[in-house]
Amino acid sequence: MIEEKLQNNIIYEKICFHCGQNCLGSEISLGDKYFCCAGCKTVYEILYQNNLCQYYNIEKNPGNKINKNVSTNNFEFLDDPDVKEKLVSFSDGEYTIATFFISQMHCSSCIWLLENLYKFNSGIIQSQVNFIQKQLTIRYSEKNTSLKKVVELLNSIGYMPELNFSDLVIDERKRESSISKKLYYKIGIAGFCFGNIMLLSFPEYLSFVNNIDTFLRRVFAYVITVLSLPVFFYCSSEYFNSAYKSLKRKVINIDFPLSLGIAVLFLRSLYEILFNMAPGYMDSLAGLVFFLLIGKLFQEKTFETLNFERSYKSYFPVSVTIKKDNKEFSIAASKLQIGDTMIIRNDELVPSDAVLMKGKGYFDYSFVTGESKIIEKQTGDVIYAGGRQKGQAIELEVIKETSQSYLTQLWNQDFSKKNENKLIVLSNVISKYFTIVVLFIAFTASLFWMHYSLSVALNVLTSVLIVACPCALALSTPFTFGNTLRIFGRNKFYLKNTSVVEKLANIDSIVFDKTGTITNSEQSTITFSGRPLSHAEEVLVSSALRNSSHPLSRYIFAQLNTDALIDADYYNEIPGKGIESIIANNKVSIGSKDFVFADALEATDKFNTDKCNNVISEAIDTTVFISINGKNNGFYKISNSYREALEEVINALKNYKLSVLSGDNSGEMIRLKKIFKEASTLLFRQTPEDKLNYISSLQLKGQRILMIGDGLNDAGALLKSDVGISISEDITNFSPACDAILDSTSFSKIGSFLDFSKSNLGIIKLNFIISLLYNIAGLSFAIKGNLSPIVAAVLMPLSSVTAVTFTTLATNFMAKRKGLL
Amino acid sequence: MWVIAVLMFFSLLVACGFLAAFIWAVKSGQYDDKYTPSVRILFDDNEVKKENNRDIQK
Repeated sequence: MIEEKLQNNIIYEKICFHCGQNCLGSEISLGDKYFCCAGCKTVYEILYQNNLCQYYNIEKNPGNKINKNVSTNNFEFLDDPDVKEKLVSFSDGEYTIATFFISQMHCSSCIWLLENLYKFNSGIIQSQVNFIQKQLTIRYSEKNTSLKKVVELLNSIGYMPELNFSDLVIDERKRESSISKKLYYKIGIAGFCFGNIMLLSFPEYLSFVNNIDTFLRRVFAYVITVLSLPVFFYCSSEYFNSAYKSLKRKVINIDFPLSLGIAVLFLRSLYEILFNMAPGYMDSLAGLVFFLLIGKLFQEKTFETLNFERSYKSYFPVSVTIKKDNKEFSIAASKLQIGDTMIIRNDELVPSDAVLMKGKGYFDYSFVTGESKIIEKQTGDVIYAGGRQKGQAIELEVIKETSQSYLTQLWNQDFSKKNENKLIVLSNVISKYFTIVVLFIAFTASLFWMHYSLSVALNVLTSVLIVACPCALALSTPFTFGNTLRIFGRNKFYLKNTSVVEKLANIDSIVFDKTGTITNSEQSTITFSGRPLSHAEEVLVSSALRNSSHPLSRYIFAQLNTDALIDADYYNEIPGKGIESIIANNKVSIGSKDFVFADALEATDKFNTDKCNNVISEAIDTTVFISINGKNNGFYKISNSYREALEEVINALKNYKLSVLSGDNSGEMIRLKKIFKEASTLLFRQTPEDKLNYISSLQLKGQRILMIGDGLNDAGALLKSDVGISISEDITNFSPACDAILDSTSFSKIGSFLDFSKSNLGIIKLNFIISLLYNIAGLSFAIKGNLSPIVAAVLMPLSSVTAVTFTTLATNFMAKRKGLL
Repeated sequence: MWVIAVLMFFSLLVACGFLAAFIWAVKSGQYDDKYTPSVRILFDDNEVKKENNRDIQK
């Protein structure tokens, strides 16, 4: 604890007061506080002016890194009544209630700030946060403010809401929350009935039964019957629905033997109470349903925190500036029509496929391909959606609507995801055989008794079905997988649903994407080749680079880390080429080879030039050339470094077939060959389609594939593979095509994750055996025809409790052994 | 023995009251968000004064 505090103090001066990121090479400060960028400082100033600095006291460095691209958004379109209507959940003209989804919400400071929005803007009457669902509900007065102003305010303090016009997402969420409300009703009612039925059944179980007069027994029995009606008809309805639906698909799932058991339990008890004056099994019925529902609640709880329902649209700009009749105005990107002329400024993303009409395009497609290379485009060229313009403003004519563009189609390629019917879900396989065996036992036993008496035969038939009801099995699967998901989540590995655990356990082949997956996009190694720079020259280069916001410039700047800096007299940055600057009468050019060489008039440094040419012809890495006063000095080579844990991970995965797919050229072949074993497949220059086809070809060979990738360009392959894991530096920013998201800091644990999934499948099988033993014990009563209500009432809850306890303890134990807990 | 039946009736009535209270609680949204209120209650209402602010920042 103390150590941690000390450490915090030491790095205190280097990290951004607002967002806590490293202020590498940043000069921005205010008093004794440092900021990583102007955006963070601005937010601090806004909060300071509004006397809301308590924000920084609740949690340390709570802010969100301000994304420059987001803050350039134009929200004029929010004044459009059509658009507004879609976002607002209630409005009576005077007051309006709008609910936003804000993925940046992450700590209690966020809650505090977002609930104090009224201090910024008096028009906001109330704002309320639902942290788990990351929702913010704002009530504001139409007179004093507008939707646009509210969104602008949120954007300015770093909480840009997701403005999603598909509406689907919001609807989906609303539906979801109503489902869980229903579950609470059901649990409440089942629990109420269970408790009361249990209480009223007690006299029957106790020995003084015979002393009670028949009248009272009848009253008790009828009250029990009435109480069991809501349990049967309301609380257990979804088990019947699910069983019916799966039967229609000719599949027997776990809900089938469950609902069979419930139905037989109810009908037989009803018959006994009404005609035989016997007590019936209503207490077992209510208890069973109650336990099952609690299992379901546990299952839902594990999914509450992470919502996968995001579409490509959340990555796209919400608004675009278009030009019509020489007037510029902004509209929602989803409203773009073919033939519209849109204006894309520096650092803006192209939202739909278009033709370049005016200006010079320098596009960075790193958003799509993951490679940060700038591609030059001429007027008349087709620009695909997803490119980010670097440089002057350009005019583009839309040729496809946003929903039809290449990128969107790549995303939406329909693979009828993994053909769920074919997929073998363990619990369903077990329940299929289980059901067959139970039915077989039930009928043979009753056939045997048929010789003696029909009523005993019926008694045995129903007893077997009751006692064989696989409640322990039904509970153990959600509890095991729920606990697994929780343990994974603690290790920053988030699964889409529980069936992913089973699929993970069955994987035999792993495909890695290269860029951003096995390489660390945030850590690059920089090497300098050529004539070494003197200290004075390093200062010159640093001073020139300081002015540039290009990522490469920042890398090199951070690497040089010189002590002194000189102000530039002249500075010019040419996008896609480089920078030139005059500092203390020295001319410094930094940039691409052509750019710097054109500038280096005297190619006196023949040796260096030749060497440069040689290296360039191999074209392995990104290079940045430096020339000072027309003399070419050499170049910086920036190569991505592999993740530190890569070798460790590969060693842990030696039982799997490994492949690497890369969109890059084969320059890294030798390095990769060393890390991956000879048996692994390494493929280079792969387009998104190639990756997809490669996965399909492996699947045709019967392999079950885990694809680990990142970014949009893998979307197709991630979807096609049996399990697609997307690696993300920032969990709020992920590719939705995947089955799971892995925080890059947990990359080293991939091997443990796979092992853990496997051991969990074993736990479920063990659990199945335990519940079978209980069933055999129960069956021995049932076949003999003397299953008394008290035996059923003890046996059924006991088996459920054992199953749940065992599975929880076993998963935790395995997680500890694998180092995940 | 009649009295037991009457007692049972009343006990059920009371229990039904609690069930109704539970259903009302769910319906009115008390179970929608089980996390945020636990954080919200810890925030101070009174505004932090600027001097105070500076102290903490140091």
